[in-house]
This record gives sequence, C-alpha cells and structure tokens, in this order.
Amino acid sequence: MSTDRPERIFEGKVASPGLAAGHIRLALRRPVAVVSTGDPAQERRRFDAALAVGAESLGRLVKRQSDEAAAGMLEFQLALIGDDELIEPVRRAISEGAAAAAAWSEALGRQIADYEAADDAYFRARAADLADLRERVLSLLQGETEDEAETVEGAILVAEDLGPSRFLELDWGRWRGGALMGGSVSGHVAILARARGVPLVVGLDLSAASLVAGADAILDAEKGRLVQYPLGATRVAFSRRMAERQSTAAAEAEFLPRPATTRSGRIIAVAINVDEPGAVRSVDPAHCDGIGLTRTEFLFSGPGGRPDEERQLAIYGGLIAWAGGRPVTIRTLDAGGDKPIEGLTPEGETNPFLGLRGIRLSLARLDAFLPQLRALARAAALGPLKVMLPMVTVPRELEETRHLFRDVLAELGRAGLPAAMPKLGMMVEVPAAALNVARFEADFFSIGSNDLVQYVTATGRDCAAVSALHDPLNPAVLELIARVVAHGRARGIEVGLCGDMASDNRYLPALLDLGLGSLSVAPARLAAVKAAIAHHG
Amino acid sequence: MNRRGIMSAESAIEGSAVITHEIGLHARPSVKLTKLAKSFASAIHLRGEGLESWVDAKSIVRVMGLKLREGTTVFFRAAGPDASAAVDALVALVKRDFDEHRPA
Repeated sequence: MSTDRPERIFEGKVASPGLAAGHIRLALRRPVAVVSTGDPAQERRRFDAALAVGAESLGRLVKRQSDEAAAGMLEFQLALIGDDELIEPVRRAISEGAAAAAAWSEALGRQIADYEAADDAYFRARAADLADLRERVLSLLQGETEDEAETVEGAILVAEDLGPSRFLELDWGRWRGGALMGGSVSGHVAILARARGVPLVVGLDLSAASLVAGADAILDAEKGRLVQYPLGATRVAFSRRMAERQSTAAAEAEFLPRPATTRSGRIIAVAINVDEPGAVRSVDPAHCDGIGLTRTEFLFSGPGGRPDEERQLAIYGGLIAWAGGRPVTIRTLDAGGDKPIEGLTPEGETNPFLGLRGIRLSLARLDAFLPQLRALARAAALGPLKVMLPMVTVPRELEETRHLFRDVLAELGRAGLPAAMPKLGMMVEVPAAALNVARFEADFFSIGSNDLVQYVTATGRDCAAVSALHDPLNPAVLELIARVVAHGRARGIEVGLCGDMASDNRYLPALLDLGLGSLSVAPARLAAVKAAIAHHG
Repeated sequence: MNRRGIMSAESAIEGSAVITHEIGLHARPSVKLTKLAKSFASAIHLRGEGLESWVDAKSIVRVMGLKLREGTTVFFRAAGPDASAAVDALVALVKRDFDEHRPA
C-alpha cells in the first residue's frame, strides 16, 4: 500500500490558518475531452442531461445566495443555459456528428470572444461568466456529478485559482478547506477565508499530474502544506495538533462573551472587520464592540455591477440593525492598488499602490462617490455610523469629503429624506498622514497597518523576496503608530487599528504596549484576540 | 424606422423607452427583460437605437449581445394575442429602470 500510495508533501503558503483532514477534490481546468460516443442521438441525450443538471444546480445556487451580486451572476448563467438561441445551434452541430463537448465549447467560445471584444469594460467582464458556464457544463459532460452535497462532504478543494465570487458560492460548511496553486496571502480570497475561519493554503507548488483525485489528504494551513496519502505517523501527529487546536479554540471561546480586559485591568474595544455583509451572520453582536471596518469594495466589484444608492443603503442599514446600537464603521470605496474595479480604476498604472486609489479615486469619480455618500448619510439616521476614508494623504481630502457630505445632506433634506452627518474619520496608512496627524481634523483615526507597513518599509505585501523586510515590528512602523496614539490621547480623539497586525499574536502585545485601546479583527479571530488580550500584562 | 422586420408592420404593436441605468442593459436587467418577455404568448422583438436588426426579446443571448448603453433608446415590437400588454409591460420595465433604482 505504501509503495503505490506514497506520502507526498506539496508546499505552499498559509493564507488562512487552520487544519483539515479529508480527501482531495480537484477543480482544475483540464483540456476538453472531445471524444464523441459516435452516436448523435446518444450525444444529444448526454448534452440535454448535462444542461438539465446544470440548470438545476444553478437554480439551487441562486436560492442559496445572500449576496445579490453573486445571485445576479448565477441568474444570468441560468438564463443562458435555457436560451434556445444558444442551445439550438449546439444541438444542430451534435446531430451533424459533432461531439457534445466540442459543439458546446465552440458555441460558448464564440460568445466569449464577442464579449471580450466589447468596448465597455462591464460587458468585457461578462466573458468570465460565460467561461464559468462553459466549464460547468463541460465538467458535467465529462461525467462529474454536479451535486455539491454528495461529493463535497469532507473534501479539500484543490484548484489553480479561485475568484472571490466562486469562493462565496461554495458551501464552506461542507468543504474542509482549500489549496490553490495561484492566489496570494493578502488577496481577497485570503481575506474572505480568514474572516470565515476556512483553512486555505495558496501558492501551492505542484504539478497537477502528481495529485490524485479522491486521495486521502491533510491540509496543514499552519505550516502551509498539503499532504497526500499521509503515512500513519503523519496522521497521528496531525490528529494531536488538531485536538490541541480544538481545545485552544474552546478555551478561547470562553472569552467571547466578556469585555476584553488585560491582566492590569485595561479594557480594550474589539470590533470586527466585515468584508461582505453575509459575514456578520456567524457573529453574536454581543461578543464584539461593533464593526471597526466594513470593506465596501465587494459591493462594487461583484458581477451585479455598481450598487446604486438604495442597494447600498439597504446593506449599510442591515449592518446597523445587526449591531444593535454598537458603532458601525464603514469605509468608503477603497478601489485601486491590488483591488482594481473595471470601469472605475485606471488601467495601465505602473505602480497602482502609489496611484489613483482610495479617497483619491473617489474624489476623482464623484459619479461613484456621491451615491455612496448619500447612502451613508441616510444610513447615519438609522444608528451610530462612523465613516472612514482610505488612503488620506493631506487634510484637504478630508475637508473636501466633509463638504460633499454637507451638500448631500442639504440635498436629502430638500427631498424630505431622513439623513444625518456621520462621524467622519480616516485611515492612517500613508506615512505622510501618520507624521502629520495633528493637522487632520478627523473625528477618529484608524491605523491601516497593512498598507502602513508596506509604505514605511517600501516592501510589497506580495513580494516574497523582500518578505523579511516587510516587518510590522520595524521600529519606524511602531514609532508612527505611537505618534498617532499619543495625538489621540492628547486631543481626546479615538485611535484604533484595523489591519492584520491586530489579529496576529506576534504583533498584538506590541500594539497593546503602545497604548492602543481599540482594535478591529476578522470575525474568525475574535475569540483568539480577546483571549490574548486577557493574557497580556 | 426599419419596417423590414420579422413581423409585418401592420399587425405589430410598437413602443420605445430610453435606458437610464448607468451601465446600460447589463446582465440583471437583461435577465428581467427576457423573463418578462417570455411571460407573453406574442412574438416580441427589440432593437437598439442606431441598430438595423430586430432581435428576439425572449433570448438572453440576443438581448445582452446588443450591449446597449445608458441613454440608448430601445424599441419593442410585438405581434400576437397579448402584443399590446407585452409592449406596455416591457416599456414600463425599462422606464422603471428595471426596478434597480427605486425613485428617491
């Protein structure tokens, strides 16, 4: 057994920590099998069956989606799969002797090429939805069962890459975790996985040929590896670590209902970061001090297109209702950098991290910014709302936004719509802002440690070759954080931190020692952070 | 107007509306439009301003394939037992901005 099933270790990087044991389920883009059964009638039956199963599973997925944008993408695919204009030419080709997979692939290929050639970025982006549909039906034609419920229970997803929408589509109550060849530890999928506590390893070094579908495997998202056919000894050691992890998690969970208090009695506010509105469902609002960061990029980059004022208001209002009187911080759109949004962020920037991003982009694109400000002003009438601006570099950006808010409030007042001025604060992530913090008239400051570390140490988050220099504990970083904390204390202005530093045990003690009294962390890290605070001197 | 359409101009009911959505006739509105069109027995076609050909309003491939943008006028033409109701309903849907943007 050990000869034909040797243990194999594939190394990668931890994108979201955790441990999982299960079996490998491959979701790889294989070359299309164009082998026809040779019998047109049988090919036709296979094709119709694949369409029927595909439509049924899409219909189920649509119903399960809480994210409107993801649902919109799936409904589009569902409409396509039921459109005779698309299907009839494929059936004709099959009756003339073509293999079902080849005929389908060709028909979709024509559509995809047509969308890829569109002038408009929105329509160009739909090519990906069509490619997704092509793959879905192709895998059905290759005899894969589409029913996630049957095949996925206890599976570890191994794929080349995974888009945020596909991540959200999967039922992570059934999958044990994921291992990707592509991806990055600071990418969007990594953030989503961390928020949900889904173990995820990225940058996996493997050749697809050496992976065995259905093989027993261990996903070690602490060390960053996938082990195929683990040996008995590997298994035993792993089980021990899983048990330890579970007992640690259980011990940490005891701290959830209590206020986070250090051993010396300092109370630390611990809020959660919200990446997409569905993320709050897993959290009891009584276990945290509200929401310290809501990333609104996911609303804008989804396939449903740009969200209008009403849709944004519904989502912001939902978060305020969930928080039940606790403060809710919403960051205005932070597009650009590693978060491009088609049709909004500029294309072809040589260095997007130093380009038109965050508040810079919003002030340059009032067509996108004003509907967001209107939705935020209306949401502020519903509960304690804090609005936070990303990438603020000079005081003028804060003041311009304040003026825009006043204009929007006057407009809403004339229209008779209830609205209020929210607290207006800013991220401190640009070194110029950290050094000059006293010049900014903000209602609160929130240190964005991810970008601050990157800008202070001049090291890209994704650049493995300089990762040793990308050190959040670099004295220059800590000095800037201390400076902002001291300013807040002197002027009685709230200072918090909402980057990954806050939820990492290697950095948390340093932050508490600097005097920070407010943190915002991924929901899945809430218990661990509250426990770590309780153990801090 | 192009009268060489699929249906004869005499029996067809026509109507038009301007697309007001900021992206244009994108995926979600197109799905709504084709679903609504399919709820009528009549043959329904639509044409975008400046385009020659009429396409089947019940086909998502055809409707999305027009890639109509904001500010474009869309023309409907229906023939059949409920042609008049169909055109009224489709024009109303476009004028309501596909219920995507409820009036503030």
